[in-house]
Amino acid sequence: MNVDSVERGLVIDHIAAGRSLEIYRILGLDKLDCCVAIIKNARSQKTGRKDIMKIEDRIDLDLDALGFLDPNITVNIIDGGTIVEKKKLRLPETVTDVIHCANPRCITSVEHGLPHVFHLADREKGIYRCAYCDQAHDRRKDQ
Amino acid sequence: MRHLISPMDLSVQETDQLLALADRIIADPKAYSHKCDGKKLATLFFEPSTRTRLSFEAAMLELGGQVLGFSSADSSSAAKGETVSDTARVVSCYADIIAMRHPKEGAATVAAAKATVPVINAGDGGHHHPTQTLTDLLTIHRLKGSFDGLTVGLCGDLKFGRTVHSLIKAMCRYQNVRFLLVSPPELRVPDYIRDDLVSGGFAFTEVERLEDAISDMDILYMTRVQRERFFNEEDYIRLRDSYILDSEKMKLAKPDMIVLHPLPRVNEIAAEVDDDPRAKYFEQALYGKYVRMALILKLLEVE
Repeated sequence: MNVDSVERGLVIDHIAAGRSLEIYRILGLDKLDCCVAIIKNARSQKTGRKDIMKIEDRIDLDLDALGFLDPNITVNIIDGGTIVEKKKLRLPETVTDVIHCANPRCITSVEHGLPHVFHLADREKGIYRCAYCDQAHDRRKDQ
Repeated sequence: MRHLISPMDLSVQETDQLLALADRIIADPKAYSHKCDGKKLATLFFEPSTRTRLSFEAAMLELGGQVLGFSSADSSSAAKGETVSDTARVVSCYADIIAMRHPKEGAATVAAAKATVPVINAGDGGHHHPTQTLTDLLTIHRLKGSFDGLTVGLCGDLKFGRTVHSLIKAMCRYQNVRFLLVSPPELRVPDYIRDDLVSGGFAFTEVERLEDAISDMDILYMTRVQRERFFNEEDYIRLRDSYILDSEKMKLAKPDMIVLHPLPRVNEIAAEVDDDPRAKYFEQALYGKYVRMALILKLLEVE
Protein backbone atom coordinates (compact mmCIF):
# COMPACT_ATOMS: atom_id res chain seq x y z
CA MET A 1 0.00 0.00 0.00
CA ASN A 2 1.43 3.40 -0.94
CA VAL A 3 0.81 6.57 0.96
CA ASP A 4 2.55 9.63 -0.45
CA SER A 5 5.59 10.95 1.40
CA VAL A 6 5.14 14.14 3.36
CA GLU A 7 6.97 17.13 1.89
CA ARG A 8 6.47 19.41 4.91
CA GLY A 9 4.67 18.22 8.04
CA LEU A 10 4.71 15.60 10.76
CA VAL A 11 4.85 11.84 10.94
CA ILE A 12 3.65 10.29 14.19
CA ASP A 13 5.37 6.93 14.24
CA HIS A 14 5.40 3.87 16.49
CA ILE A 15 1.82 4.28 17.66
CA ALA A 16 0.66 1.07 19.35
CA ALA A 17 -1.36 -0.87 16.79
CA GLY A 18 -5.05 0.00 16.99
CA ARG A 19 -4.72 3.27 18.94
CA SER A 20 -4.35 5.74 16.04
CA LEU A 21 -8.05 6.60 15.77
CA GLU A 22 -8.28 7.32 19.50
CA ILE A 23 -5.22 9.59 19.27
CA TYR A 24 -6.66 11.25 16.16
CA ARG A 25 -9.82 12.06 18.11
CA ILE A 26 -8.16 13.18 21.38
CA LEU A 27 -5.67 15.47 19.59
CA GLY A 28 -8.51 17.02 17.59
CA LEU A 29 -6.90 16.14 14.25
CA ASP A 30 -10.39 15.76 12.76
CA LYS A 31 -10.59 19.57 12.84
CA LEU A 32 -7.57 20.06 10.56
CA ASP A 33 -7.98 21.29 6.98
CA CYS A 34 -4.78 19.63 5.77
CA CYS A 35 -4.30 16.12 4.49
CA VAL A 36 -4.02 13.48 7.26
CA ALA A 37 -3.25 9.82 6.55
CA ILE A 38 -3.83 7.10 9.11
CA ILE A 39 -2.03 3.84 8.47
CA LYS A 40 -3.17 0.99 10.67
CA ASN A 41 -1.33 -2.25 11.37
CA ALA A 42 1.82 -1.32 9.48
CA ARG A 43 4.65 -3.82 9.78
CA SER A 44 7.17 -2.99 12.52
CA GLN A 45 10.49 -4.66 13.23
CA LYS A 46 10.27 -3.67 16.90
CA THR A 47 6.67 -4.47 17.78
CA GLY A 48 5.35 -6.54 14.89
CA ARG A 49 2.58 -4.08 14.05
CA LYS A 50 2.16 -0.37 14.59
CA ASP A 51 0.00 2.55 13.51
CA ILE A 52 1.37 5.65 11.78
CA MET A 53 -0.17 9.06 11.14
CA LYS A 54 1.07 11.49 8.49
CA ILE A 55 0.03 15.12 8.71
CA GLU A 56 0.75 17.42 5.79
CA ASP A 57 1.27 20.54 7.87
CA ARG A 58 3.60 21.68 10.69
CA ILE A 59 0.84 21.98 13.29
CA ASP A 60 1.43 22.54 17.01
CA LEU A 61 0.86 19.07 18.44
CA ASP A 62 0.11 18.72 22.14
CA LEU A 63 3.18 16.58 22.83
CA ASP A 64 2.24 16.26 26.52
CA ALA A 65 -1.09 14.72 25.57
CA LEU A 66 0.59 12.52 22.98
CA GLY A 67 3.27 11.40 25.47
CA PHE A 68 0.57 10.58 28.00
CA LEU A 69 -1.40 8.52 25.49
CA ASP A 70 1.65 6.59 24.30
CA PRO A 71 5.18 7.49 25.48
CA ASN A 72 6.70 5.11 22.92
CA ILE A 73 5.61 7.31 20.03
CA THR A 74 8.17 9.17 17.92
CA VAL A 75 7.23 12.43 16.19
CA ASN A 76 9.23 13.11 13.04
CA ILE A 77 9.29 16.67 11.79
CA ILE A 78 9.58 16.77 8.01
CA ASP A 79 10.81 19.64 5.87
CA GLY A 80 11.78 19.42 2.21
CA GLY A 81 10.81 15.76 2.24
CA THR A 82 13.42 14.84 4.87
CA ILE A 83 13.32 14.34 8.65
CA VAL A 84 14.77 17.47 10.26
CA GLU A 85 13.97 16.51 13.87
CA LYS A 86 12.93 13.39 15.75
CA LYS A 87 11.06 13.93 19.02
CA LYS A 88 11.06 11.01 21.43
CA LEU A 89 8.18 11.29 23.83
CA ARG A 90 7.99 10.53 27.54
CA LEU A 91 5.26 10.67 30.17
CA PRO A 92 4.66 14.37 30.88
CA GLU A 93 4.64 15.81 34.40
CA THR A 94 1.17 17.30 33.85
CA VAL A 95 -1.71 16.63 31.47
CA THR A 96 -4.65 18.95 31.02
CA ASP A 97 -8.04 18.03 29.57
CA VAL A 98 -6.87 14.66 28.27
CA ILE A 99 -8.56 12.51 30.89
CA HIS A 100 -11.37 13.28 33.31
CA CYS A 101 -11.46 12.51 37.01
CA ALA A 102 -13.55 9.42 37.78
CA ASN A 103 -14.13 10.38 41.41
CA PRO A 104 -17.82 11.34 41.80
CA ARG A 105 -16.86 13.37 44.88
CA CYS A 106 -14.35 15.52 42.95
CA ILE A 107 -15.23 19.18 42.39
CA THR A 108 -14.75 18.62 38.64
CA SER A 109 -17.83 16.38 38.68
CA VAL A 110 -20.10 19.35 39.40
CA GLU A 111 -18.21 22.50 38.45
CA HIS A 112 -18.12 22.53 34.69
CA GLY A 113 -15.55 24.58 32.84
CA LEU A 114 -12.68 23.63 35.15
CA PRO A 115 -9.58 22.29 33.41
CA HIS A 116 -9.09 18.59 34.17
CA VAL A 117 -5.50 18.58 35.41
CA PHE A 118 -3.51 15.48 36.41
CA HIS A 119 0.03 15.36 37.77
CA LEU A 120 2.41 12.42 37.35
CA ALA A 121 2.77 10.67 40.72
CA ASP A 122 4.71 7.54 39.74
CA ARG A 123 6.61 7.49 36.44
CA GLU A 124 7.50 3.83 36.71
CA LYS A 125 3.90 2.70 37.21
CA GLY A 126 2.38 5.43 35.05
CA ILE A 127 0.14 6.67 37.86
CA TYR A 128 -1.33 10.18 37.61
CA ARG A 129 -3.33 11.98 40.29
CA CYS A 130 -6.10 14.53 39.93
CA ALA A 131 -4.81 18.00 40.84
CA TYR A 132 -7.99 18.64 42.81
CA CYS A 133 -8.87 15.46 44.70
CA ASP A 134 -5.74 13.23 44.37
CA GLN A 135 -7.74 10.42 42.75
CA ALA A 136 -5.33 8.05 41.00
CA HIS A 137 -5.50 7.36 37.28
CA ASP A 138 -3.55 4.32 36.14
CA ARG A 139 -2.81 4.90 32.45
CA ARG A 140 -1.88 1.24 32.00
CA LYS A 141 -5.59 0.45 32.35
CA ASP A 142 -6.28 2.71 29.33
CA GLN A 143 -4.31 0.46 27.02
CA MET B 1 -0.21 35.77 49.42
CA ARG B 2 -0.47 32.30 50.93
CA HIS B 3 -3.34 29.82 51.10
CA LEU B 4 -3.72 26.71 53.23
CA ILE B 5 -5.29 23.89 51.21
CA SER B 6 -3.36 20.84 52.36
CA PRO B 7 -1.40 20.32 55.56
CA MET B 8 1.64 19.92 53.31
CA ASP B 9 1.37 23.55 52.19
CA LEU B 10 3.27 24.45 55.36
CA SER B 11 6.83 23.23 55.75
CA VAL B 12 7.83 21.52 58.98
CA GLN B 13 9.59 24.74 59.98
CA GLU B 14 6.50 26.85 59.25
CA THR B 15 4.31 24.41 61.14
CA ASP B 16 6.62 24.57 64.13
CA GLN B 17 6.60 28.38 63.96
CA LEU B 18 2.80 28.33 63.88
CA LEU B 19 2.63 26.06 66.91
CA ALA B 20 5.10 28.34 68.72
CA LEU B 21 2.88 31.34 67.91
CA ALA B 22 -0.14 29.40 69.26
CA ASP B 23 1.86 28.75 72.45
CA ARG B 24 2.48 32.50 72.80
CA ILE B 25 -1.22 33.28 72.24
CA ILE B 26 -2.22 30.72 74.90
CA ALA B 27 0.29 32.26 77.32
CA ASP B 28 -0.95 35.83 76.77
CA PRO B 29 -4.21 36.08 74.76
CA LYS B 30 -4.69 39.77 75.62
CA ALA B 31 -1.56 40.69 73.72
CA TYR B 32 -3.26 39.51 70.53
CA SER B 33 -6.79 40.84 71.11
CA HIS B 34 -6.43 43.78 68.68
CA LYS B 35 -4.10 42.28 66.09
CA CYS B 36 -6.90 41.96 63.52
CA ASP B 37 -8.82 45.17 64.22
CA GLY B 38 -10.59 46.19 61.01
CA LYS B 39 -10.08 42.81 59.31
CA LYS B 40 -12.89 40.52 58.17
CA LEU B 41 -13.02 36.73 57.93
CA ALA B 42 -15.59 35.18 55.56
CA THR B 43 -16.71 31.70 56.61
CA LEU B 44 -18.13 29.97 53.54
CA PHE B 45 -19.62 26.72 54.77
CA PHE B 46 -21.37 24.82 51.99
CA GLU B 47 -21.73 21.90 54.39
CA PRO B 48 -22.92 21.92 58.02
CA SER B 49 -20.31 22.33 60.73
CA THR B 50 -20.39 23.51 64.31
CA ARG B 51 -16.91 23.26 65.76
CA THR B 52 -14.85 24.27 62.77
CA ARG B 53 -16.99 27.25 61.81
CA LEU B 54 -17.46 28.49 65.37
CA SER B 55 -13.79 28.05 66.21
CA PHE B 56 -12.82 30.08 63.13
CA GLU B 57 -15.30 32.76 64.11
CA ALA B 58 -14.20 32.73 67.76
CA ALA B 59 -10.57 32.92 66.64
CA MET B 60 -11.18 36.00 64.48
CA LEU B 61 -13.31 37.70 67.15
CA GLU B 62 -10.63 37.11 69.78
CA LEU B 63 -8.11 38.77 67.45
CA GLY B 64 -10.34 41.84 67.26
CA GLY B 65 -11.61 41.13 63.72
CA GLN B 66 -15.11 40.58 62.40
CA VAL B 67 -16.82 37.70 60.64
CA LEU B 68 -19.37 37.26 57.87
CA GLY B 69 -20.52 34.29 55.82
CA PHE B 70 -23.03 31.46 55.56
CA SER B 71 -23.40 28.07 57.17
CA SER B 72 -25.09 25.98 54.50
CA ALA B 73 -25.19 25.84 50.71
CA ASP B 74 -28.97 26.48 50.84
CA SER B 75 -28.38 29.96 52.19
CA SER B 76 -25.77 30.89 49.57
CA SER B 77 -25.78 31.55 45.85
CA ALA B 78 -24.68 27.93 45.36
CA ALA B 79 -28.39 27.12 45.63
CA LYS B 80 -28.85 29.22 42.46
CA GLY B 81 -26.04 27.37 40.72
CA GLU B 82 -23.14 29.75 41.32
CA THR B 83 -19.74 28.09 40.92
CA VAL B 84 -17.11 27.92 43.64
CA SER B 85 -14.83 29.95 41.36
CA ASP B 86 -17.32 32.81 41.15
CA THR B 87 -18.16 32.71 44.86
CA ALA B 88 -14.46 32.97 45.71
CA ARG B 89 -13.99 35.96 43.40
CA VAL B 90 -17.01 37.78 44.79
CA VAL B 91 -16.26 37.15 48.45
CA SER B 92 -12.68 38.37 47.90
CA CYS B 93 -14.27 41.80 47.42
CA TYR B 94 -15.83 41.73 50.88
CA ALA B 95 -13.38 39.96 53.18
CA ASP B 96 -9.66 39.92 53.97
CA ILE B 97 -9.47 36.13 54.38
CA ILE B 98 -11.72 33.17 53.57
CA ALA B 99 -12.32 29.92 55.45
CA MET B 100 -14.25 27.50 53.24
CA ARG B 101 -15.83 24.08 53.73
CA HIS B 102 -17.34 22.27 50.77
CA PRO B 103 -18.58 18.70 50.27
CA LYS B 104 -16.64 18.22 47.01
CA GLU B 105 -12.97 17.23 47.05
CA GLY B 106 -10.69 19.86 45.60
CA ALA B 107 -13.19 22.72 46.04
CA ALA B 108 -10.72 24.75 48.10
CA THR B 109 -8.08 24.38 45.37
CA VAL B 110 -10.54 25.89 42.92
CA ALA B 111 -11.40 28.73 45.32
CA ALA B 112 -7.73 29.51 45.96
CA ALA B 113 -7.04 29.73 42.22
CA LYS B 114 -9.62 32.51 41.83
CA ALA B 115 -9.63 34.33 45.18
CA THR B 116 -7.59 37.48 45.65
CA VAL B 117 -7.36 36.97 49.42
CA PRO B 118 -5.94 34.01 51.40
CA VAL B 119 -8.13 30.90 51.40
CA ILE B 120 -8.11 28.39 54.23
CA ASN B 121 -9.50 24.95 53.45
CA ALA B 122 -11.86 24.16 56.31
CA GLY B 123 -12.59 20.72 54.82
CA ASP B 124 -13.18 19.57 51.22
CA GLY B 125 -15.27 16.43 51.22
CA GLY B 126 -13.30 13.41 52.35
CA HIS B 127 -10.03 14.95 51.16
CA HIS B 128 -8.16 17.45 53.38
CA HIS B 129 -8.88 19.24 56.62
CA PRO B 130 -5.61 21.05 57.35
CA THR B 131 -6.79 23.17 60.28
CA GLN B 132 -7.99 20.05 62.06
CA THR B 133 -4.50 18.67 61.46
CA LEU B 134 -2.96 21.81 62.93
CA THR B 135 -5.34 21.40 65.89
CA ASP B 136 -4.21 17.81 66.30
CA LEU B 137 -0.55 18.79 66.01
CA LEU B 138 -0.90 21.58 68.59
CA THR B 139 -2.67 19.15 70.94
CA ILE B 140 0.08 16.54 70.55
CA HIS B 141 2.77 19.23 70.85
CA ARG B 142 1.27 20.53 74.12
CA LEU B 143 0.46 17.17 75.65
CA LYS B 144 3.35 15.02 74.41
CA GLY B 145 6.05 17.66 73.95
CA SER B 146 7.40 16.11 70.73
CA PHE B 147 6.24 14.28 67.60
CA ASP B 148 9.27 12.08 67.10
CA GLY B 149 9.07 8.40 67.97
CA LEU B 150 5.34 8.34 68.68
CA THR B 151 3.07 5.39 67.91
CA VAL B 152 -0.14 6.85 66.56
CA GLY B 153 -3.29 4.74 66.45
CA LEU B 154 -6.09 5.83 64.15
CA CYS B 155 -9.40 4.09 64.52
CA GLY B 156 -12.75 4.02 62.72
CA ASP B 157 -13.44 5.44 59.28
CA LEU B 158 -9.98 5.67 57.76
CA LYS B 159 -11.31 5.67 54.19
CA PHE B 160 -13.48 8.77 54.16
CA GLY B 161 -12.08 10.41 57.31
CA ARG B 162 -10.25 13.43 55.96
CA THR B 163 -8.82 14.28 59.39
CA VAL B 164 -7.09 10.91 59.35
CA HIS B 165 -5.55 11.44 55.91
CA SER B 166 -4.27 14.89 56.79
CA LEU B 167 -2.86 13.80 60.15
CA ILE B 168 -1.01 10.86 58.61
CA LYS B 169 0.57 13.10 55.96
CA ALA B 170 1.62 15.65 58.56
CA MET B 171 3.01 13.11 61.03
CA CYS B 172 4.99 11.43 58.25
CA ARG B 173 7.28 14.47 58.29
CA TYR B 174 8.59 13.65 61.76
CA GLN B 175 11.11 11.01 62.83
CA ASN B 176 10.31 7.38 63.68
CA VAL B 177 6.55 7.79 63.79
CA ARG B 178 4.64 4.48 63.62
CA PHE B 179 1.00 4.10 62.64
CA LEU B 180 -1.53 1.51 63.82
CA LEU B 181 -4.52 1.70 61.50
CA VAL B 182 -7.65 0.15 63.01
CA SER B 183 -10.67 -0.22 60.74
CA PRO B 184 -13.00 -2.70 59.08
CA PRO B 185 -11.70 -3.79 55.64
CA GLU B 186 -14.27 -1.56 53.90
CA LEU B 187 -12.99 1.58 55.62
CA ARG B 188 -9.22 1.18 55.29
CA VAL B 189 -7.07 4.16 54.27
CA PRO B 190 -7.25 4.95 50.52
CA ASP B 191 -4.51 3.75 48.21
CA TYR B 192 -2.85 7.14 47.83
CA ILE B 193 -2.24 7.36 51.58
CA ARG B 194 -1.02 3.77 51.73
CA ASP B 195 1.27 4.45 48.76
CA ASP B 196 2.76 7.42 50.61
CA LEU B 197 3.40 5.29 53.68
CA VAL B 198 4.99 2.52 51.65
CA SER B 199 7.12 4.77 49.45
CA GLY B 200 8.22 6.83 52.47
CA GLY B 201 9.25 3.67 54.32
CA PHE B 202 6.99 4.36 57.31
CA ALA B 203 6.10 1.59 59.72
CA PHE B 204 2.38 0.94 59.71
CA THR B 205 0.10 -1.95 60.58
CA GLU B 206 -3.53 -2.40 59.57
CA VAL B 207 -5.64 -4.29 62.10
CA GLU B 208 -9.34 -4.91 62.54
CA ARG B 209 -9.62 -5.12 66.33
CA LEU B 210 -8.86 -2.11 68.54
CA GLU B 211 -8.11 -4.47 71.46
CA ASP B 212 -5.20 -5.94 69.48
CA ALA B 213 -3.39 -2.62 69.05
CA ILE B 214 -4.41 -0.19 71.80
CA SER B 215 -1.70 -1.22 74.28
CA ASP B 216 1.06 -0.09 71.87
CA MET B 217 -0.37 3.37 71.24
CA ASP B 218 0.91 6.72 72.54
CA ILE B 219 -2.04 8.43 70.87
CA LEU B 220 -5.43 6.99 69.98
CA TYR B 221 -7.18 9.10 67.37
CA MET B 222 -10.84 8.06 67.19
CA THR B 223 -13.08 8.99 64.28
CA ARG B 224 -16.78 8.85 63.52
CA VAL B 225 -18.24 6.84 60.65
CA GLN B 226 -19.92 9.70 58.81
CA ARG B 227 -23.32 9.21 57.22
CA GLU B 228 -22.69 12.00 54.67
CA ARG B 229 -19.74 10.11 53.13
CA PHE B 230 -21.83 7.12 52.09
CA PHE B 231 -23.94 6.83 48.96
CA ASN B 232 -25.54 3.71 50.37
CA GLU B 233 -27.49 3.91 53.66
CA GLU B 234 -27.20 0.15 54.21
CA ASP B 235 -23.39 0.32 54.22
CA TYR B 236 -23.49 3.19 56.69
CA ILE B 237 -25.78 1.35 59.11
CA ARG B 238 -23.67 -1.81 58.88
CA LEU B 239 -20.39 0.00 59.64
CA ARG B 240 -21.33 2.84 61.99
CA ASP B 241 -20.97 0.85 65.21
CA SER B 242 -17.75 -0.92 64.19
CA TYR B 243 -15.65 0.51 67.01
CA ILE B 244 -16.72 1.87 70.35
CA LEU B 245 -14.10 2.96 72.86
CA ASP B 246 -15.18 2.20 76.43
CA SER B 247 -13.60 1.87 79.89
CA GLU B 248 -12.83 -1.81 79.34
CA LYS B 249 -10.69 -1.07 76.26
CA MET B 250 -9.06 1.88 78.05
CA LYS B 251 -7.80 -0.56 80.70
CA LEU B 252 -5.57 -2.08 78.02
CA ALA B 253 -3.98 1.27 77.12
CA LYS B 254 -0.78 2.86 78.45
CA PRO B 255 -1.23 5.18 81.45
CA ASP B 256 0.07 8.12 79.42
CA MET B 257 -1.76 7.40 76.16
CA ILE B 258 -4.00 10.27 75.06
CA VAL B 259 -7.35 9.91 73.31
CA LEU B 260 -8.12 12.47 70.61
CA HIS B 261 -11.21 12.89 68.42
CA PRO B 262 -11.96 15.63 65.86
CA LEU B 263 -15.58 15.72 67.14
CA PRO B 264 -18.51 15.54 66.84
CA ARG B 265 -18.67 12.14 68.42
CA VAL B 266 -21.83 10.07 68.15
CA ASN B 267 -21.35 6.83 70.04
CA GLU B 268 -17.80 5.77 69.14
CA ILE B 269 -16.49 6.98 72.51
CA ALA B 270 -18.67 5.96 75.44
CA ALA B 271 -19.51 8.88 77.75
CA GLU B 272 -17.81 7.02 80.64
CA VAL B 273 -14.43 7.61 78.94
CA ASP B 274 -14.86 11.39 79.29
CA ASP B 275 -13.86 11.18 82.96
CA ASP B 276 -10.65 9.31 82.17
CA PRO B 277 -7.72 11.77 82.48
CA ARG B 278 -6.38 10.39 79.18
CA ALA B 279 -9.46 11.68 77.31
CA LYS B 280 -8.22 14.92 75.73
CA TYR B 281 -10.76 15.60 72.97
CA PHE B 282 -12.43 18.58 74.61
CA GLU B 283 -9.05 20.15 75.35
CA GLN B 284 -8.22 19.46 71.69
CA ALA B 285 -11.27 21.51 70.62
CA LEU B 286 -9.96 24.47 72.62
CA TYR B 287 -6.54 24.19 70.99
CA GLY B 288 -8.37 24.34 67.65
CA LYS B 289 -9.32 27.94 68.35
CA TYR B 290 -5.78 28.95 69.30
CA VAL B 291 -4.14 27.36 66.29
CA ARG B 292 -6.68 29.03 63.97
CA MET B 293 -5.83 32.37 65.62
CA ALA B 294 -2.19 31.71 64.83
CA LEU B 295 -3.00 30.71 61.25
CA ILE B 296 -5.13 33.81 60.58
CA LEU B 297 -2.30 36.01 61.90
CA LYS B 298 0.22 34.25 59.67
CA LEU B 299 -1.85 34.34 56.47
CA LEU B 300 -2.83 37.97 57.01
CA GLU B 301 0.87 38.63 57.61
CA VAL B 302 0.04 40.39 60.85
CA GLU B 303 2.48 38.30 62.86
